[in-house]
Amino acid sequence: MLAYIIRRLLFAVPILIGVNLITFALFFMVNTPEDMARAQLGAKQTTPEMIAAWKADHGYDKPLFFNGEAPGLSKISDTLFVEESLKLFVFDFGQSDSGRQISADIYERMWPSLQIALPTFVIALVTNIALALLIVLFRGSVLDTASMMVAVAIMSVSGLFYIIAGQLLFSKIWHWVPISGYEGGWDGLKFVVLPVVIGVFAGLGSGVRWYRSLFLEEINKDYVRTARAKGLSEIKVLFGHVLQNGLLPILTGVVVVIPTLFMGSLIMESFFGIPGLGSYTIDAINAQDFAIVKAMVFLGSVLYIVGLILTDISYTYFDPRVRLQ
Amino acid sequence: MSLTLLWTDGLIWGLIAALAAWGRIVSRSVQVRRQWMQVFESKVAMVSAIVLLFYVLLALLDSIHFTQQEAGQGLQSVLDALLAHLATVQERTYSAPFALTEYNRTLQTLEDGTVAMLYQPLQHINPAASMLWESGKALLAGLLIFTLATAVHLLWRSRVNDVSFVAQARAVWQGRTQLPWKTAYLTVLLLLLAMSWLYQLSFSYHVLGTDKVGGDVLYESLKSIRTGVLIGVLTTLVMLPVALLLGIAAGLFKGWVDDVIQYLYTTLNSIPGVLLIAAAVLVMQVMIGNHPEWFSSTEERADMRLLFLVLILGMTSWTGLCRLLRAETLKISQIEFVTAARAFGVSRFTIIGRHILPNVMHIVLIAVVLDFSGLVLAEAVLSYVGVGVDPTMHSWGNMINQARLEMAREPMVWWSLFAAFIFMFCLVLAANLFSDRVQRVLDPRSQTS
Amino acid sequence: MQVIPQVLQVENLQIQVGETPLLKGISFEVRKGEIFALVGESGSGKSLTSLAIMRLLPEALRISGGRINLHEQSLLTLTEQQMQAVRGKQVAMIFQEPMTSLNPVMKVGDQVAEVLRVHLRLSSKAARAKVVALFEEVGIPDAANRYDWYPHQLSGGQKQRVMIAMALACEPELLIADEPTTALDVTIQAQVLQLLKQIREQRGLSILFITHDMGVVHEMADRVAVMRQGEIVEQADKAHFFSHPQHPYTQKLLADAVPERRYRQIEETAALLEVNDLKVHFPIKKGLFQRTVGYVKAVDGVTLEIPRGQTLALVGESGSGKSTIGQAILKLVNATGGKVSYRADGVEVDLTRLNEKQMRPLRRKVQVIFQDPFSALNPRMTIGEIIREGMTSLKVGPKDRAGQDGRIEELLMQVGLLPEHKYRYPHEFSGGQRQRIGIARALAVEPELIICDEPTSALDVSVRAQVLALLESLQQQYQMSYLFITHDLSIIPAIAHRVAVMQKGRIVEQGAVEAIMRRPQHPYTQQLLASAPQLVRDALAG
Repeated sequence: MLAYIIRRLLFAVPILIGVNLITFALFFMVNTPEDMARAQLGAKQTTPEMIAAWKADHGYDKPLFFNGEAPGLSKISDTLFVEESLKLFVFDFGQSDSGRQISADIYERMWPSLQIALPTFVIALVTNIALALLIVLFRGSVLDTASMMVAVAIMSVSGLFYIIAGQLLFSKIWHWVPISGYEGGWDGLKFVVLPVVIGVFAGLGSGVRWYRSLFLEEINKDYVRTARAKGLSEIKVLFGHVLQNGLLPILTGVVVVIPTLFMGSLIMESFFGIPGLGSYTIDAINAQDFAIVKAMVFLGSVLYIVGLILTDISYTYFDPRVRLQ
Repeated sequence: MSLTLLWTDGLIWGLIAALAAWGRIVSRSVQVRRQWMQVFESKVAMVSAIVLLFYVLLALLDSIHFTQQEAGQGLQSVLDALLAHLATVQERTYSAPFALTEYNRTLQTLEDGTVAMLYQPLQHINPAASMLWESGKALLAGLLIFTLATAVHLLWRSRVNDVSFVAQARAVWQGRTQLPWKTAYLTVLLLLLAMSWLYQLSFSYHVLGTDKVGGDVLYESLKSIRTGVLIGVLTTLVMLPVALLLGIAAGLFKGWVDDVIQYLYTTLNSIPGVLLIAAAVLVMQVMIGNHPEWFSSTEERADMRLLFLVLILGMTSWTGLCRLLRAETLKISQIEFVTAARAFGVSRFTIIGRHILPNVMHIVLIAVVLDFSGLVLAEAVLSYVGVGVDPTMHSWGNMINQARLEMAREPMVWWSLFAAFIFMFCLVLAANLFSDRVQRVLDPRSQTS
Repeated sequence: MQVIPQVLQVENLQIQVGETPLLKGISFEVRKGEIFALVGESGSGKSLTSLAIMRLLPEALRISGGRINLHEQSLLTLTEQQMQAVRGKQVAMIFQEPMTSLNPVMKVGDQVAEVLRVHLRLSSKAARAKVVALFEEVGIPDAANRYDWYPHQLSGGQKQRVMIAMALACEPELLIADEPTTALDVTIQAQVLQLLKQIREQRGLSILFITHDMGVVHEMADRVAVMRQGEIVEQADKAHFFSHPQHPYTQKLLADAVPERRYRQIEETAALLEVNDLKVHFPIKKGLFQRTVGYVKAVDGVTLEIPRGQTLALVGESGSGKSTIGQAILKLVNATGGKVSYRADGVEVDLTRLNEKQMRPLRRKVQVIFQDPFSALNPRMTIGEIIREGMTSLKVGPKDRAGQDGRIEELLMQVGLLPEHKYRYPHEFSGGQRQRIGIARALAVEPELIICDEPTSALDVSVRAQVLALLESLQQQYQMSYLFITHDLSIIPAIAHRVAVMQKGRIVEQGAVEAIMRRPQHPYTQQLLASAPQLVRDALAG
């Protein structure tokens, strides 16, 4: 088991290096530090001196991959790539263009993100599975057909509309909850309700359909027939046997998402004015703040890889066939 | 006047040509023909397909561009020419659908010198037009086109089936044809009536109102179709070859090839999609910003940006299909007919072409149809985030983005959002319903349940 | 004569899918304490009958008429909830596939305990004790510990024992066994059949035994009913049934069940293929760096030879490595060691040393026929394209399309199909017809040796007889050699000149068929023969 986890962790290293190469290529090769400087300083009246000063200011004044002037090994190590990579690996994201420490910002903004994303995730998961099981119980009936049509309709509307319509109805017309804002702790609940409800509803269509097809695939298997032949009621068959087996493929799709919940949702947070990582990213994109975007890309990848490893580990826990190999 | 080919125009027409060629080759197989018949036997699929076709036709009309030097109007498409009465004129600001005046009062000096807040009349409408008369004309025109089109189609079908025209018409009317042509005709009729009505009235009114700067919302919505359809379709074009090549190679050759390909897609997958797109688009923006000399017009710049977006979306979206194809290829390469081919010394490439490709094609098709609606929706979100298409380009995402603040106004300005919602919803719903049917027919697993 | 009370009575049972009848009104009864066998080939409706009794038919099927009575109680009029109280309690069922019939993520003990808790409302502690006792009764070793095992940790035979324990848990009056031993090896089959018989004795249980295998019927049944196309064609006591079958279909079925014994004179001809000390090992990788920690020795030092124009039968149970030998000869897997010498045009070549390019000329000499007629043909190609593939790839026969078409038609007729079949797709054919297409495909390149990998084990007995006859006549016509891989002892005398018995990657005994069948030397061969049903045993050596 330990060897297994260590092996998975070792697998993560080349992937992170790959991610790092991609981001580096994007941010420093396609778009050289000179370009960045010119974009930042305004394209018109930039002199080479100003660009050099900007580069030095941001620590971008080294060669990309190979430093011919440096002695020995530092021909390679004293370069932008190695320096930038090393900083990322210890989660030192440096400063944003507005001069703030990105790492500190991220730490501070993680929690509001989680406050929206975690309830959305949990409630959505439970609702989707419960509804899907209910529909499977009534498979082939009018309820099945009708709910599948509703699900397709829900899927066909852009999430943006749900947010706009939700804010309009619940806040502007009915005044049930404030339209946007954020507060920590239990007082913040009133701000959390609407985004969570909208988040759950927007994902309902595709979620229920996916789980339904998973369960339907299980329900035709031999072991389900055995369970029925034992004299179990349909409910016991569904909850005792089908759900248990259906959970395995669900794990693959679900566990990997959990760590990335920290990242928040770009759209939700910006519409509801929640000071989380999602709105942080959107602001950075609009301000063309490369340092923040780069940090978020790296962080997102790390969290995703953590999710992958968690998925593998959860499999060894839930699937006896994997556990003992 | 000379034809001008934008990059994306070339690609979309190339794709249409490729699709047609592929359709011809594939339709030779009895099995494939039977499967497609089965797809279209469903009324829902027939209706969705016609709606989709309608959107694609509009997008194609909007993808034939020409330059009119003498008029000095720059780049225009066929659709622009058809909607010239909407494209060229602008009101001053908001006006509601079918309104005669502006939406908000403005300060005005009257003839007697007093100043008052008044609703200013719109400039580019024809208040004298009778709504009833115009509607009648429009519906008649729609009916005429429909009758013509139906007659031609009936004639063709009766030739194919070798029956008389009347017999064919009766069969359709009584619903005795294998494909639900009656439903199809009805859909076409409704679409034609709706479009001719909108078109005819658009000469006299702003049917869907005007936006903040006085642009006609109907025109914007129609122009947005091209953007949506192109993103949905061209992304697939970019993604498909990569996914096919890598997926099948990984599944068939196994060993280190498989390792490398798996590493590649795990790495790409691990970067959150929106962030990777955002990063790439940002970089591209800076690049375009630093090289204004690359483009001769804003249209060209917007077009290049659309192309970039499509490329980026394609590069981030091949991983899912690739993984599916790898798994399926692994499975198929273990099946005995592949073993038999190997025992005949058939080369790897022939095995791919003859045994593997035809047997994974259903996965590819399902993925393509399924991705389409996702991509149309993604465009809206990306444009909202600010990493979508060029802000000067017509797109539903841009419309929503501009319109979301209008909801907060008193009184509310709802029509831009409404128009974007309806146009998007119809397209995405049709795509989803169609993909549902395709999946049910083509996916061997779904046939048991 | 004493009247034995009935347990189950089926009267004029009819089942339809849409408007198509699947069961056309069958009637039979199962008496107390007897084993009633329902025999038939695939598609005869025997499994449908069993599912109908349990009311577990797939949703598309509908019972359109008739009665099913358990004692005096009509099962078809019960509500679903009342029926649930019958299932597992009064009537229990075991299925064909023990591998997939158990819930893979639930402990086997819990799966059995579930029945007890549902029907008898036992506490989990009492249920556990009962399950352990049941496990002991059905012969699962170390029962107390096996309770906590998962299905994948058990062998096929043990899984079927768990299924039996599950069925017995609530002491039902009727056990429906739907092909319970079809997926098992012959030695395991003998044990499971023995167990079922013993349980019947001890508990006075009635068993409705559904099978396609006459040997098993002969072993187990008290009374027999033969089904064909949704009808019962004959019903009789076992003794009468086997001694005086009435219906022509039954007579044919019995004749085909045990192919005619024909021990051949073995002429000494030169060896076409010699396999010397062949080894095929697959590495097992484990640990942090996936180091190879050991090998699965699928084939471990096998030596055999196949003379020209003769058939060598390679017999063994599943996992014995018999199919791997075939694949190694075809170079579809790589040999780890040893030699495979093929005598082509008077020159001896070691196939294991050839690369793919050097192998190509030999590919036309060695061909293969597969077990599963459904997966052996690409569903997207026409029959014509399938047969043509080898001809064009290996450049055999006519080069032009018209000439090839002629050859394809000729081949199709030779295997008993029609020329116009070349335009059709595989799914339009039955299993037996597909197997013929597979044979035509192999014949197309005019091979000298065909590796037949269980070509008849997925076929019904009547079709099996036809395919064996076809292979036989082709051999005589073309002087081809066969390596006939099989687990089915009964067909060996009908097809083979010589036989090699395999166990765990090694050949334990080989020689002329008659000698091995009559006087097996090795204990494993003896055990294998002893495990075969009486009917087969008599036919082999009798």
